[in-house]
Amino acid sequence: MYNLIGAGLIVIGAGFGLGQIGGKAMEGIARQPEAAGKIQTAMIIVAALLEGLAFGALILGK
Amino acid sequence: METLINDFSPGLFAVQTILLLLLIFLMVKFAWKPILGSITEREEGIQDALDAAEKAKREMANLQADNERLLQEARLERETMIKEARELKTKMIAEAEADAQAQAHKMIEQAQAAIEGEKKAAMAELKTHVAGLSLEIAEKVVRKELSNKDKQLELVETMLGEATLN
Amino acid sequence: MKIFQQSFKFFALIVLVFLSTTIYAYSSNEDGGEIDTREEVDAYISHHLQDSHDFALFSYTNDEGERKHFGFPLPVILWSSNGLVTFMSSEFHHNDDGDVIVEKNGSKFAKIHSKIYELEAGAEAVDFDEEHHATNAARVLDFSITKSVVGILVIGLLMFFWFVRLAKQYKKKQIPTGFGRVLEPLVLYVRDEISRPNIGEKHYRKFTGYLLTVFFFIWLLNMVGLTPLGFNVTGQIAVTASLAIFTLIIYAFSGNKDFWMHILWMPGVPILIRPILAVIELVGTFIIKPFSLLVRLFANITAGHTVIMALIAIMFVMKDTLGVAGATGLSFILSVLIMFIEVLVAFLQAYIFTMLSALFIGMAVAEHDHGHDVEHETADVEDVRGDFI
Repeated sequence: MYNLIGAGLIVIGAGFGLGQIGGKAMEGIARQPEAAGKIQTAMIIVAALLEGLAFGALILGK
Repeated sequence: METLINDFSPGLFAVQTILLLLLIFLMVKFAWKPILGSITEREEGIQDALDAAEKAKREMANLQADNERLLQEARLERETMIKEARELKTKMIAEAEADAQAQAHKMIEQAQAAIEGEKKAAMAELKTHVAGLSLEIAEKVVRKELSNKDKQLELVETMLGEATLN
Repeated sequence: MKIFQQSFKFFALIVLVFLSTTIYAYSSNEDGGEIDTREEVDAYISHHLQDSHDFALFSYTNDEGERKHFGFPLPVILWSSNGLVTFMSSEFHHNDDGDVIVEKNGSKFAKIHSKIYELEAGAEAVDFDEEHHATNAARVLDFSITKSVVGILVIGLLMFFWFVRLAKQYKKKQIPTGFGRVLEPLVLYVRDEISRPNIGEKHYRKFTGYLLTVFFFIWLLNMVGLTPLGFNVTGQIAVTASLAIFTLIIYAFSGNKDFWMHILWMPGVPILIRPILAVIELVGTFIIKPFSLLVRLFANITAGHTVIMALIAIMFVMKDTLGVAGATGLSFILSVLIMFIEVLVAFLQAYIFTMLSALFIGMAVAEHDHGHDVEHETADVEDVRGDFI
């Protein structure tokens, strides 16, 4: 039960973070469309790092 | 975490490590090295070819510029030559004209001088002739005078009239 | 086309080698039957996510109510207390609850939830406590050729076969033909988009081989995991752990002086903070980085398999509420959609693993321009005054 609540909290946090990353990346791309490739790569890396953190927390709590 | 550790199989880990090590070794030796080597070689070849083409293009441009320059020079030279020839022509014509004029002038002068001379000679001859005639007339007149006065006058008049006609 | 034919022949050969000697139909009464309820679906999914000791293709229940399984057994290799023991997994008769005891070399073995246990001396059957843990048996070191190992071997051989062919093509001509035209851009992609920008122009050549191997290994295994053959290799924590530890060893051993300096004695910060930072950096570099690598791949693939199998299970679980056609249609549409996403995830996870490995290696070999120790140049007073007067 408690770990389900924990998992929910993790997903909320991770979702918020991913939204931030994606949103800011979109803004960046809209501002400088010629840098889209670089922004995308950086975005994927940061998203992957965040994902690692979230999965780590989920698995530790399981 | 507990299930994670429980699911971890040390045997599979060992087998995977050995197989992956083997795979990396074999792939690097027999696949990636030749592939990447060939690709790099090809890329360098393409780059060289591009560089050579660029160089050839530049040389071509230089050559063309040279040709253009030479052509320009030739054109200029031709123009000066034509100009010179034209000038020479006009000069020659002018000179010929001047020469001819001078010649003509000279000839006219000579002719005039000759005419003058002839005239003078003729005049002199005429004078002598007239003088002789006058003397003759005078002689005759004198002779007639001595015989007939009227006749003398008449004679003089006749003579003079003749002389004028002459 | 030729390469496809050849690949097909190659695959057919492998399958034939297995099948001709070992395909068998075996029956068991105690295992399962049809799967209808939520609990059975859960058990089935968790069973699938585990590594398996035999290669099951399909199973059905015949008219006499017997459960028939089709597949082939794989060799079991164990390091028990009495030394090395080998036998075929068919000796367990597809039992997964520890009921069938195999006695070899004086040791007794039982298979419980896809793991092999060695019974304590004198014990005849496995005893369980309330939480279904075996009380009189212990895990044994298991070097078996499991389904995952078969997957690794097949993909390894396939990779080797494809890329050696590609390498040979370059000897004859500059541009590859056939299937090589598919592989070459992928190789170039890994080299130019992952290896070169992250590691740097100077060092990338040394590590590109490793990155290429890992990229294709993970990608192909992820893709094989999506086929109905039921491989779940990159969803095995041991496999991803091994991959992450390879990356860790590579970047730890190729790290230059600056790398270690930045971990152990960070320049540019007050002396008192440096030991604290060193601890944080050490934990980050040697535990968190590889842990995030291994957990990310494992969790993504596990989650993908779970979701796909759960969506397929809609067909059985919601049969009563939606009707057969409705449940099947819903399940079909949802699982096709999630399958597309999983194909993307299969590539993305391979890309991210390779990308982060390249990034970590790049951090280790990067040459810093030493800006830390130089004091910031204070503007000359006279120059500033000059601006005002």
